[in-house]
Amino acid sequence: MDEAVVWLTIFILSVFVGIEVISKVSSTLHTPLMSGANAIHGIILLGAVLVTGSTDNDVALVVGLVAIVLAAVNMVGGFVVTDRMLQMFVRKKKPAPTSGEGA
Amino acid sequence: MPTWVQLVNLLCAICFVLALKGLSGPRTARAGNLLGAAAAVVAVVLPFIYLDLEHVPLIVAAIAVGSVGGVIGAQKVQMTQMPQMVALFNGVGGGAAALVALVELHEMVPHADAVNWFVLAATAFTIAVGAVSFAGSIVTFAKLQELMTSRPVIFPGLPIVFGASGIAAIVLGVLTVTQPAVWIGIALALLGLLVGVLLVLPVGGADVPIVISLLNAFTGLTVAAGGYVLSNVVLLVAGTLVGASGTYLTLLMAKAMGRSVANILFGALKGGSTLGAGEASDRPVRSAGPEDVAILLGYAERVIIVPGYGLAVAQAQHTLRELVDVLSARGTQVDYAIHPVAGRMPGHMNVLLAEAQVPYEQLVEMDDINGDFKHTDVVLVVGANDVVNPAAKTTPGAPIYGMPILDADEAKQIVFMKRSMRPGFAGIENELLFDPKTTLLFGDAKDSLGKLLNAVKAL
Repeated sequence: MDEAVVWLTIFILSVFVGIEVISKVSSTLHTPLMSGANAIHGIILLGAVLVTGSTDNDVALVVGLVAIVLAAVNMVGGFVVTDRMLQMFVRKKKPAPTSGEGA
Repeated sequence: MPTWVQLVNLLCAICFVLALKGLSGPRTARAGNLLGAAAAVVAVVLPFIYLDLEHVPLIVAAIAVGSVGGVIGAQKVQMTQMPQMVALFNGVGGGAAALVALVELHEMVPHADAVNWFVLAATAFTIAVGAVSFAGSIVTFAKLQELMTSRPVIFPGLPIVFGASGIAAIVLGVLTVTQPAVWIGIALALLGLLVGVLLVLPVGGADVPIVISLLNAFTGLTVAAGGYVLSNVVLLVAGTLVGASGTYLTLLMAKAMGRSVANILFGALKGGSTLGAGEASDRPVRSAGPEDVAILLGYAERVIIVPGYGLAVAQAQHTLRELVDVLSARGTQVDYAIHPVAGRMPGHMNVLLAEAQVPYEQLVEMDDINGDFKHTDVVLVVGANDVVNPAAKTTPGAPIYGMPILDADEAKQIVFMKRSMRPGFAGIENELLFDPKTTLLFGDAKDSLGKLLNAVKAL
């Protein structure tokens, strides 16, 4: 199989998988889902590391390093903030401790 | 690339699929996110092991700087500011992708004859769309953070400038393929920035979340294209997953608002959003004090709370929950009606109320509660406006026309807690405020809820 076709195959199948895995999400989770997906594309950090680590041009090096900083903010910040949100969803499982108070 | 590395990459790609799958269910969401994070860390560490990378100390330092910045931002952000945080993280990701593609173009130029034209096209795509995503997200951030007006910004000739920039970007993209040069790539990036700004400027405040989701999908696709350029399967799969799911999510959200994505992006250009005056009205309304509202609530059998973004801004979720607890103890049946786009983006209100530890069962989604309003004695609208605005049904041409709303107008009594008569995020007046069944309780939501709570306790 032609190499470009292999990549195309992976791409197309990933499109279907991407739609399929989130097709049943409730609107309750839209915000964390968007935030989590956002963190996943922070994986461009890997791309930034690869190009920066193989360049021998000073300008390209600086641009690559900027890309690494930006991508790391995206990836690390994205996963941390998503976890912060989801922590609250988990806490909610416990019964409400304050019901019946006052009145 | 050694086979074991390829296999680990495959494993990471699988983890990203499972992460997304996990994120779409409430019980598995947190585990899904952590799995995604673990896979991302492994994928990034790999090249340090199997490749002989140069500039390692600098690279590690840059990763450390970005990570610390990301963690600080993520820890400090208020839950109310979540949409702009997502926009910002998305923007820097898009910017990073564009820069990566620029560096890669620079490396390709000396031996461009040997490079497949499709690789060059993917590089051009990454540069252009990454720049669009970066600039668009920054404008989105500025709108949500209220660094600039959240109303649609339109100037004469905007569609022409937008169209011309788009065509110029395509021409430069073709040039990148036919005669690759770094300066063409840089020009393409600059043009992408312009297109990104022009794309988001005409979008009105209430529609901004849809744009965040769309730009998120854009960034995903640029990362996928970048993965193809760098022949890296992890980037390709992760980027494509985000691109596809993000696009689908955007369509879901647009549907929840009763709008098409094209209408959201370009509606303002047709002059559809000019109805919003953005100013306080001086038409007469009926207002009351906390004691009067306490009597309404205290002797009601059925109460529905409609929480909005204003509630969270006033940090009044906890006081509201106390009030609901007291009312429930008095025998009143109380539920929260959650509009799909309550807050600043879909699902945002659930996050905000979860923070206040409101029990999950009391949150009822729009479709499940809309039939109950006609049997409801009092609807208490706290810091919400657009999601109960009947103009969505009655006024063709209103920016929110066609958006499904909570049918609060069918209840016997409606109480609005508002700071002022300023219109909601969409910038349009709400007829329901002037309805004879409606009572207004002016003041800061937290302050008013505190007084209301004491008054109900005193009944």
